[in-house]
Parts: sequence; structure tokens; C-alpha cells
Amino acid sequence: MNAPAETVEIALTVNGERVKHTVPARMNLADFLRIELELTGTHVGCEHGVCGACTVRVDGEIVRGCLLFACQADGCKVDTVEGLSDSREIEELQSAFVLTNALQCGFCTPGILMAAQALLRDLPNPTREQIREYLSGNYCRCTGYQAIVDAIEAVAKARVSRSK
Amino acid sequence: MSDFDETTKTLNFDAPNSYVGRSVTRPNARRLAQGRGQFVDDIVLPRMVHVAYVRSPHAHARIVAIKSKKAAAMPGVVRIVTGAEIAMVVKPYVGVLTHLQGMRSAPQYPLAVDAARWQGEPVVAVVANSRAEAEDAAEAVEVDYEELPAALDAERALDPSEPRIHKEFDSNLCFTRTVDTGGVDAAMKAAHLVVEDTIRFGRHTGVTMEARAILADYNRADESMTVYHCGQSPHMVQGIVASRLSLDEHRVRIVVRDVGGSFGIKIHTYGDEIAACALSLMLNRPVKFAADRYESFLSDIHARDHRVKARLAVDRDGNVLALEIDDLTGVGPYSMFPRSSGVECNQILNLTGGPYKHKEYRAKGTVVFQNKNMMCQYRAVGHPIATAVAEHMVDQAAAKLGLDPAEMRKRNLIADDAYPYKSPSGMRFEALSHHRCMDKLLELMNYDQLRREQADLRKKGIYRGIGLSSFIEVTNPSPMFYGVGGARIAAQDGCTIKLDANGSIVAATGVTEQGQGTETIMAQIAATALGVEMSCVKVLTGDTDKVPYGGGTWASRAAGIGGEAVLQASLALKKNILEVGAVILKTSVSDLDIVEGKVVKKGTEQGLTLAELARICYYRGNELPVDFQPELVVTRHYRVKDYAFVFSNGAQGCLLEVDTDTGFVKLLKMWCVDDCGRVINPKLVEEQARGGIVQGIGGALYEHCLYDDRGQLLNATMADYLVPMAAEMPDIVCAHVETPTKTSVLGAKGAGEAGTGGAPGAIMNAVNDALRPLGAKVNQQPITPEVVLRALGKVK
Repeated sequence: MNAPAETVEIALTVNGERVKHTVPARMNLADFLRIELELTGTHVGCEHGVCGACTVRVDGEIVRGCLLFACQADGCKVDTVEGLSDSREIEELQSAFVLTNALQCGFCTPGILMAAQALLRDLPNPTREQIREYLSGNYCRCTGYQAIVDAIEAVAKARVSRSK
Repeated sequence: MSDFDETTKTLNFDAPNSYVGRSVTRPNARRLAQGRGQFVDDIVLPRMVHVAYVRSPHAHARIVAIKSKKAAAMPGVVRIVTGAEIAMVVKPYVGVLTHLQGMRSAPQYPLAVDAARWQGEPVVAVVANSRAEAEDAAEAVEVDYEELPAALDAERALDPSEPRIHKEFDSNLCFTRTVDTGGVDAAMKAAHLVVEDTIRFGRHTGVTMEARAILADYNRADESMTVYHCGQSPHMVQGIVASRLSLDEHRVRIVVRDVGGSFGIKIHTYGDEIAACALSLMLNRPVKFAADRYESFLSDIHARDHRVKARLAVDRDGNVLALEIDDLTGVGPYSMFPRSSGVECNQILNLTGGPYKHKEYRAKGTVVFQNKNMMCQYRAVGHPIATAVAEHMVDQAAAKLGLDPAEMRKRNLIADDAYPYKSPSGMRFEALSHHRCMDKLLELMNYDQLRREQADLRKKGIYRGIGLSSFIEVTNPSPMFYGVGGARIAAQDGCTIKLDANGSIVAATGVTEQGQGTETIMAQIAATALGVEMSCVKVLTGDTDKVPYGGGTWASRAAGIGGEAVLQASLALKKNILEVGAVILKTSVSDLDIVEGKVVKKGTEQGLTLAELARICYYRGNELPVDFQPELVVTRHYRVKDYAFVFSNGAQGCLLEVDTDTGFVKLLKMWCVDDCGRVINPKLVEEQARGGIVQGIGGALYEHCLYDDRGQLLNATMADYLVPMAAEMPDIVCAHVETPTKTSVLGAKGAGEAGTGGAPGAIMNAVNDALRPLGAKVNQQPITPEVVLRALGKVK
């Protein structure tokens, strides 16, 4: 039942910085980011891939940090909310979230911003229904979602009108 | 500019530079959006260890033996502690309020001592260097249980044949209360029509995104305890930790930083949290407990499990003559400490039918113990049930009389000019606006047009429903809520505000922030009252060492009570600043005002900045007269005195479609008109309404803690317990009616819970409105597809 805690050496790039660590084989990526790298902007809400609070980007794709072992991210490029904030990649979304009050407690927000950025890459001009559908993997208990949809829609429209 | 009139005690909130009434954004939201929040589980302290709990797998069982030798030898384990050992450090607690007469509950310890009384009750604490190691070792602890028969069904809890949960009591009764105006039977007898029904509400829970967490740091050197807590009421927790652990209260410090959702869940005394404090005391080092999601479902308080039998009598014209309800609820094996588990039932008795002008009312409430997780106060305590029951009964009567639900309400809602008004349950309403809210709602909904569309669609076999609800909400509670019952929970709140040496303003308040915007609206109020820019106001919350003693945030009290304290403190500080200004500028106080951060002679722009004034006071006191001492720090407190509660009110509308083949309910749109008195920040009020409504939707349609016949919670995961998701939620249209309360200068009533209180009634009425042509009716929540199909007779 309790196998000896095996450890694994991993090397990866997190928010543009190269990281080398020895981690327990069973440690998931969200815990690795939070505990080992102190990147506490990635939150853990359910630990079984349902709530979306731990959503991070691995090699450009959004994944659940709690459903990936840290050792599976060996050699990967991982981006968290801290990285996307520092690089200002999601600044426009963050500003829209603040403007529409699309966050209250802020616990789900980093994961939702990750999802929103991916949505706008895949679908630059989504309808409100498409936004709602895309967010179906992210729980929010405070807002009722409408302000989140408003914020993402506003950013999409701004980006589309700029690209014209 | 702030125009406070000393004689009328009113402030002109419409002045040009007023922040009150403006939808300013929340400064602290930027930090959260960048992932820079600090939640309890983000905090790491030197020498910190982690605790995991062995929890009872049984609903009711005697603890025969605990074998932890093997577990203690596992990697990283620091200490394994049983309930009996914890009980030597912690005084037991009893969750009763003395004003809920006759209420009883048994002494409770943080961990089960002799017997476990619900599945999930913590039994053994395992402390280790990491959470993972603590969990490993917890799995290896062997507990021998003798399973006991469990009392599960509230309906049977009082039968003599049922297992008694506490042998010191003669039955499983926790609390019972009746209200009776005396004339209900006569009114029922004389009525044109009496409608009857039994309405059932399922157990559900808060599902805060951040699970409960606590980090306790005892320091034996100075006998201090610092507790990082995600909660809503730091001073209440300070008193509890000090008294249960026999510590000096002034050496206990509670720090509440960011809180990842609370909704009432994190305002109670949980054994696993008190045990973490006790373990820190025992180990003399920081101990962290962070619940995982499974533990949250098993141990966060549940709420709403009520069965209400109701009868409503009306005359030929649809005037409601009398209402009778009989509420039964099972609250788990103990009444929760310190707020008690009798309050939801008590609220239902106080509030049901509250918007209506009938004179006769009889209500009976029965609260029983059972071997399930404990129930207690969760957002909008009792309101969703009180509202849904009355609104359901009113609609049933209207349908029988052939009256439109909107017309039925217009005939029965208390007139807007009838205040002050005393309800038949004894509630005193200062000033409500049911008719204005309902009129505005119907206009917003385009109600008549919706009815026409509904009729057209029915011809095509599409079953749309339109539902309305009118409601009242308890806000700004006075000491009559908890203090009167002996609970050490402050009804007053305070603000200490100061002008710092650099000219900025720092306001410390006893109410707390969980993302609803407390800090923002306090800054709006302070900036408006003082006449400064909001950006130079900093608001401190959530630290018992730094803020005035207060109650915290619950019962929609933060804006109305905390806000008034901020307002009064700001006005007092302004007076002191103007006195300094008068000395420096050699003029009289009455000639001066503060405009945009500058003390000016009224009507001019001449004067000195607050930074300059502060510089003189703090560094160049030699320039001031020797007999003059500036006081640039003031504290003011506020409590509600004239009413037990300052009620708010509102109306909600719901449009939905029922798929009569699958039973699925699709929400199309919701509307909400809320009168929370003076609106400080319209956007934040609307977002409280929307978020609250969506939690109400959860209870009405999805959320249900399902137990089997052995008391096992069957759906204790986020995958199995359904909460509202983005794709199913409708857009919600919000509007305001403003009836400022005269119990304060600010005039604000609470806004945090009305959405949750009003939605389930509107939704159930809408479902029944859709089903009515098919002769079907639902009377239980959550209204799942199965419930709908049973109502339609398509499932047996």
C-alpha cells in the first residue's frame, strides 16, 4: 500500500526559467509548483481534475496541474499565472476581469485566466455560449459566471477590432 | 467634498466627488488576478508540520481501540494524537443559544472520544512533516469500531424506537418553537380556499473553492498563539481559541488574509481546526491543516435539509388570510458551536410569508439530532426555504383562483406606505418596497410579452415557465441575533482611521473581505466622508491585533454596520483635521472643508494639502500653539439599536423551459430587483445578487448531499456533487430600488444573501408554471430531472 517514496530527477522550464529538482514520483505538478517552487498562484480545489483551479500550461496546452505528475513534465515548458502576469501576456484579460468584477474571492481566477487565454487562441471571436461552454471545466462559486463571460467577450471583441 | 449636516445628521452622497453610488473597481482584485493572493495553504512557516485526520467511516460507532504503533513509525511522522488526548487540552463546547429557549446539545470535543456520531467525524490526528506523509500514516492507523445503529431520518428521529444519539437526553430533540397569532383555525374555516402542500428541501453545502484551512502557530516563549485562518469572524475565533485552549485572549491573534469563498461555511467551530490549534500548543510549533475536497464534503457544514408542511387560506379575491407551517429539520449529532444549528429553523419561522399582509400565522419548528454531518448557517440562512414555501403556496392559491401570479402578489404584498410594520411572526420592518420592486421587475421582464410568448410556444408543445418571488432578507443584525443568546459574537463593529504622516488615510475595520468588495466600499465611504481621493485610502481587515473588535462578515452586515462605523470614524477624523487646519490657517473650522485631499477655505481652492498638514503635525509640532494637540487617529463604533434586524427586500423572476421527455430544466433568464437601501457600489451589489442567485439555483436544481441508509455520504466528490457551471447558467438582469435605512447615516442595508434567498422560490414557481397545463406539480428541491419526470408520472 505504502510503497517506498521513490524520487525522480526532473529538469523543466517554468515561466521561462530552467528548473532542476528531485521530486517524489507521486507528486503532482500542482503540488510541485506550489510546494517546491512556491508558485502559489496555481490553486488546488479538488485534486481530481474537476474544478479547474489548478489549470496551467504545459508546452502550450492547458492541463490540470493535479492530473499530471511532476515527473511527466520533465523536459516540458510550464507556464503559470505568475509567468503570464510577469510577461504581461494576459494583462488585457486581467484588466477586463477587474473592470467587470469577474472575480470575487480570486481562488478560481488563475485557472480561469489560463482557460480564457487558450479559448481566445483557439476561437478568437467566440459567442457567449461558446465562452460558457469552454469554461465548463472551471468552477466558480462566487460570481455566477456572467461577469467572467462579459470580461472574456470584451477582450475578444477588442482584439478582433484591433486586428481589422 | 463631504457635506455632512450636523443638525439633520445626513450626508450628501450625491455631491460631485462622492464615491458612494459609483461602480469603482476593486483595487485588491488586481492582486488576486495575478495569482498574488495569499490563502492559508500558501503560507509556510519555519518548522511547520501538517496534520491529517483519521475520520470515522461509520455514521455511528463506538471507538473500541486505536492502534497507531505501525503508523507512528512511518516516514516523516511527528506525533499521533487521539481524541482523548486532545480532550485533555481542549475544553468541550456546547452549541446552544439561550434565547432559543429549550435548545440543547451535548458537549462536543474536537475529535471523537468515546463514539463517532457521523461519517467523517475526526477521530485521530496524525502530524507529519508533509501532508502526504501525514495521509500515508493516517491510512495505517487502525481503529476498531463497534458499529451502532444510526438515527438518520429526521422524520423518525423522535420515535422512541430510534437510537438515541446522546444518552444524557431523553430523545433526539434539539429545539422546538411555535409561533401562533391565535386566529389561524378560524381564518382557515372561514376561508374561500385553503391550499395545502408538503415541500422538501435537500441537504446541500457551500463548496467553497478553497477548502477550509488553518495554520496555528503557538509560541511557548511568550505564550502567544497566532492563527492564520480562512474565515469571516476573526474576533469570534480569537475568543473560541483562547477559551477552549485556556490561553489569554489578548495573546491569541487571528489573521485572515485572502479567503477563497466562505458563504457562511467558514464561520463555525470545526473540531479539526480546533485540534490543529491544540496540536500546535502540544508541539510548540506551527501546525497546518488544509482539508481536501473529500473532507470538505464530509465535514463542512451542510444546510437546508427541511420538510415544511404548509397551509394557506385565501378569500374569494385571493387575499391571503392565514398561513400555517410545520418545519422539521435534522441537523446532525450536535448543534454547531457557537452559532447553533437552531437558527435556520428559527429564521424559517420568523420569515415565512413575511412579504405578505395576512394577519394570522401559526408556525411550528422542530430540530432533531441525527447521525449525519452537522448542519448550520450557510448563505441566506433559512431564507431560501421561507421564501420558496410562501411563494409556492401563494402560486398554488393563485392557480386555483385563476389569478395571474403577478396580480396575486399585487393584492397581497404589504403596501409600500404601510411602514413601520410588524409581521404576524413579530418581525418589525422599518421601510420596505415590495410593490416598487415587483413593478420594476415586471417591467424589466417584459412580463406580459413573456406570457404571450409562453402561450404561443405551448401550442407547439414547448413548456416554458415564468416564476416570481418576493422576499425579505435579514440584514444588519443587532445584538438580538447572537449576543442576546450568550454567544460571544459582536453585533457592533468599529473602525480606527488615521491620517498618516505622508497625508494618506489608513482605515482598519472589524468586518472582513472574502472577495465581495468590503475593502473597496470602505475606501469609497472613507474617501467620500473625508473629501479625499480613494486611491490615498488604505483599508486593513482581518487581523485581531490591528483592527477594532468586531463581528466580522455574516448576515449581510459588513456594508451596513461596518460601513457606518467607517463613516462615523471618517467624519470624526475630518473634524479633527479641520481643527488643525483652522489653527494653521488662522481661521475657524466652520470656514473650512476638505476637497480633493486639501483643506480649503469654503468656496475657494486655497488651503493646504493633507500631506502638508500631516507633515506639520508629525514633524513640526513646534509650529503649533503649545496648548493645541492634534489627534489624527480616531475610532468609532456602531451597532443597530432601533430594530432587531434591518430588513431588505426584493423580487426575482425566472424564465425557464422544461423538457417534458427528459425532465431537464433549462434556465433561460433571471431577473432581480433588490432594495438594499443606499447602494454604495452598484456593480458590486449586482455581482452579489448574481453570485447569490447562482448559489440559489444550485440548491433549487442541482446540489444535494445524498446519504444511503447507513449514513454514508454517496456523492462526496466534485464530480458527483453537482454545482452550477458556466454553460447551464443564464444571464441575470439586475436592478435596484433604494430605500435607505434611517437607522444609520449611511443608509445601507445588506446585499450579500438576497440572491440566494429569492432564487429557489422563483425557480420552483417557474417549473410549476411550465408543468401546470400538464396537471403536474413539483414540491421538492433540488428539482432534478427525476423529480420532474415523477411529477409528470413518467417515472414511478
